[in-house]
Amino acid sequence: MFSQAEPGISSWGRIIRREHEIAHPRFAEEVRAWARDSKQARLAIGLRRSYGDSGLSADALLIDMSGLDRIISFDPHTRILRAEAGFSLDELMRLFAPRGLFPSTCPGTRFVTLGGAVANDVHGKNHYSAGTFGCSVRGFTLLRSDRGLIEVTPESEPELFAATIGGLGLTGIILDVSIELTAIPSSEMDVEITPFSDLNGFFDIAAASEDRFEHTVAWIDCTVAGGKGVFQRANWAADGARNPHKPPGLARLPIDAPNFALNPLTLKAFNTLYYTAQTTGDRSKRLHYAPVLHPLDSIHDWNRLYGGRGFYQYQCAVPASAREAVRDLLDWIARSGEGSFLAVLKSFGPKQSPGLLSFPMEGYTLALDFPNRGERTLRLLDELDAIVRRAHGRLYPAKDGRISRAMMQAGYSELDRFAASVDALCRSDFWTRVST
Amino acid sequence: MTSNQPKKVIILGALSAVAEQVARIYAEEGAALLLAARKGEHLEGVASDLRARGAAQVKTATLDLASADAALEAPKMIEALGGGDHIVLAYGVLGDQERGEADQAEATRILQVDFMSAAQWCMAFARHLETQRSGSLVVIGSVAGDRGRASNYLYGAAKGGLAILVQGLAHRLSRVGVRAVIIKPGFIDTPMTASFKKGPLWAKPSAIAAIVRRAAERGGPIQYAPGFWRLIMLIIRTVPAFVFHRTKL
Repeated sequence: MFSQAEPGISSWGRIIRREHEIAHPRFAEEVRAWARDSKQARLAIGLRRSYGDSGLSADALLIDMSGLDRIISFDPHTRILRAEAGFSLDELMRLFAPRGLFPSTCPGTRFVTLGGAVANDVHGKNHYSAGTFGCSVRGFTLLRSDRGLIEVTPESEPELFAATIGGLGLTGIILDVSIELTAIPSSEMDVEITPFSDLNGFFDIAAASEDRFEHTVAWIDCTVAGGKGVFQRANWAADGARNPHKPPGLARLPIDAPNFALNPLTLKAFNTLYYTAQTTGDRSKRLHYAPVLHPLDSIHDWNRLYGGRGFYQYQCAVPASAREAVRDLLDWIARSGEGSFLAVLKSFGPKQSPGLLSFPMEGYTLALDFPNRGERTLRLLDELDAIVRRAHGRLYPAKDGRISRAMMQAGYSELDRFAASVDALCRSDFWTRVST
Repeated sequence: MTSNQPKKVIILGALSAVAEQVARIYAEEGAALLLAARKGEHLEGVASDLRARGAAQVKTATLDLASADAALEAPKMIEALGGGDHIVLAYGVLGDQERGEADQAEATRILQVDFMSAAQWCMAFARHLETQRSGSLVVIGSVAGDRGRASNYLYGAAKGGLAILVQGLAHRLSRVGVRAVIIKPGFIDTPMTASFKKGPLWAKPSAIAAIVRRAAERGGPIQYAPGFWRLIMLIIRTVPAFVFHRTKL
């Protein structure tokens, strides 16, 4: 398989950047032929939207799966789509939204492959009704270094199925995935925006929205204590057009912003502007799904806003009983003055995630961005870790590039069980840190 | 061709990154496709994908398009698909220039694949389109055909010759309302060029594909892809030799 060294490979957070050997196959057969006699350590990667180091691997061959982006079959009666692992949700929505079909859930970006969506068991704003992405997965083909090709379904290989959903690409190379699509009445959403002045306001609106709104999310202004923010809740519009999203526009950040671009003043200004923009004008409106579900996808390379040093994204989940932990986290951040460009708060429903290392748990999840200021930032994140740990919460490996083994063990009771299913030749920097 | 009948499209070299993107555009329009390529084992997967994307039908043909008499197959392809409205020629090899200078076989291979065989396919399909009095032939060339450069003039000569041939066909076929277009892409961001540092001059295969698709119906017989390459190549062509010879291009 054609591979070469590429300099400056980094993940979405852009904190670690170094040379990797990368292969760019276009056909599954190329991967299978290579795997037949290669003993090289490997990690399959997709569109590289993971923030930390779960998609990087110092001494392994990275296999860029984005060239394997074909539909294998689609059955309109069962709505089961089988496609190669590099097929993206962006492409899925573009092709299937006009047919009134949609993935059961999608993360805040469309630029994720099916393989990546499985490996991170991604979730969306509709966790209450849909659960995680893994809940829609009916099976996949896995290429293992010990067993070769395996067709994995919940029935045929329950352990491998559970380990691979949310398994961060460590249980073998996912070659293709079968998922069940969801019917949507239109491509538009009825959206309501409600400001809240403190965290209690958030908890009240969230509780009142659970049954009536499929998609819910809140933005919090981290520059002030108390948890002022904006709650967005939405349902698919019952009537309306079925239009796919437009391809991303020309808006992109052509260069890194200077490292000082995000400072307490600009953060404050941004958060105030964002709050004002969200809360003025019509509080209920009809919008296409793209700005509702993927607000940042319209700006390519928005991660460069954080400058050349990159940034950490910190996402934790805490149980429903641990509301105080959310308050503590926000207070600590406000006091630290480190701010967070965008703080997103969501609630997770009771739906069981199918993966051993699935991140969502019933309760709340808070996602925060911190520009990389070295030790200072890491110290703050350690403080946040302590709060999450006391609350019996966990961190999202897709986001984090620093999670410790202890923190991982505290958050994921099935970690050792998962380790037994890891393919001996699959490795990532994340796993090297967490497993030793 | 009537409007309620799907467009019939033949793609030669259908497994190239650009050609597959072209096929996807046609598939989403509901066209009927015939895909021809050398590696049959990959064709079926591509065909299934195109069917799921909306192609009215997808047929495949496994053959070495660059072999001496391959173009004799052109009528069979038209018959198999039940017609041929748009013909897209997308195969080629970059070849090894340095080896070609020392080894006649490599030089011959580059010229055979990129010019001789391609020219024969063009002539064969031109006869069909001329009789049909409609349709178009779109051929993927290269900006390398605009000026001979030390680093790739064998490839450049073949693509340059092919451009002249297509230009001549465009002239001949214009009398019967048939289009022939040579597309001249610049840098394309494909797996083969993944390790190159990418600047604004690099285009995605899907962007080139959109230009190929549009060229089947609009625009002149020579189209640069993206269009700014016309200006770049104008400059490169006009640089005097005494300056050009000091460069390492």
